Amino acid sequence: MNIVIYIAIVLISIGSFLAFMRFVKGPTAADRAIALDTLSVIGIAGLVLLGYLFQRYIYIDLALVYAVLGFIGIIVIARYIEKSL
Amino acid sequence: MDTLNNILEFVGLFFVLLGSIFLFLGALGIYRMPDLYNRLQAGTKASTLGAMSVVLGVGLLQPDWLIKLIVIILFIGISNPLSSHALARASYRQGIRPFFKKKMDDYEKEVESEQKWKVESDKVESGKR
Repeated sequence: MNIVIYIAIVLISIGSFLAFMRFVKGPTAADRAIALDTLSVIGIAGLVLLGYLFQRYIYIDLALVYAVLGFIGIIVIARYIEKSL
Repeated sequence: MDTLNNILEFVGLFFVLLGSIFLFLGALGIYRMPDLYNRLQAGTKASTLGAMSVVLGVGLLQPDWLIKLIVIILFIGISNPLSSHALARASYRQGIRPFFKKKMDDYEKEVESEQKWKVESDKVESGKR
């Protein structure tokens, strides 16, 4: 049954690599911000999954704080792109 | 009791697998789509569903953690559409237009009229001074 968790971690790491490639390539700043948003969401899911794999409860708190801070960061970047900050 | 735990574990693993597949597809859409708005839609929708599903699956696997995981699910469900909307609005106002031929674009008129109003109000203000 544990093989499913490993398959999920492999899929998530391939996905984060693809999003990171878009973060490197992206022609405009908005593309990079979108890739960063997706990377942070993938990171939240990966943190929760790693917390289950290692049986550590502290990873859940870490994922919650990362979700809040990533959301605030994306909103600030969007306002900056809009030139209304 | 044992069969209940087995059923919960099976359903949780199913949700984890489904969510990781959706996260992978969302990241693939981020990489492969031709346009900013296509990328935004593919990335945000698929990755929201994938992350919510993975977190719910872990909550079913480990029912002691379920309350805080439900808080994370609610926060992802609220915050991710908000951030994608802010990004789409910002990139449209910055001047990035959709890549494919468009049939209808009402927001363009609104943005143009707003910018015209802004320029005129700036003129009026500078005239007063």
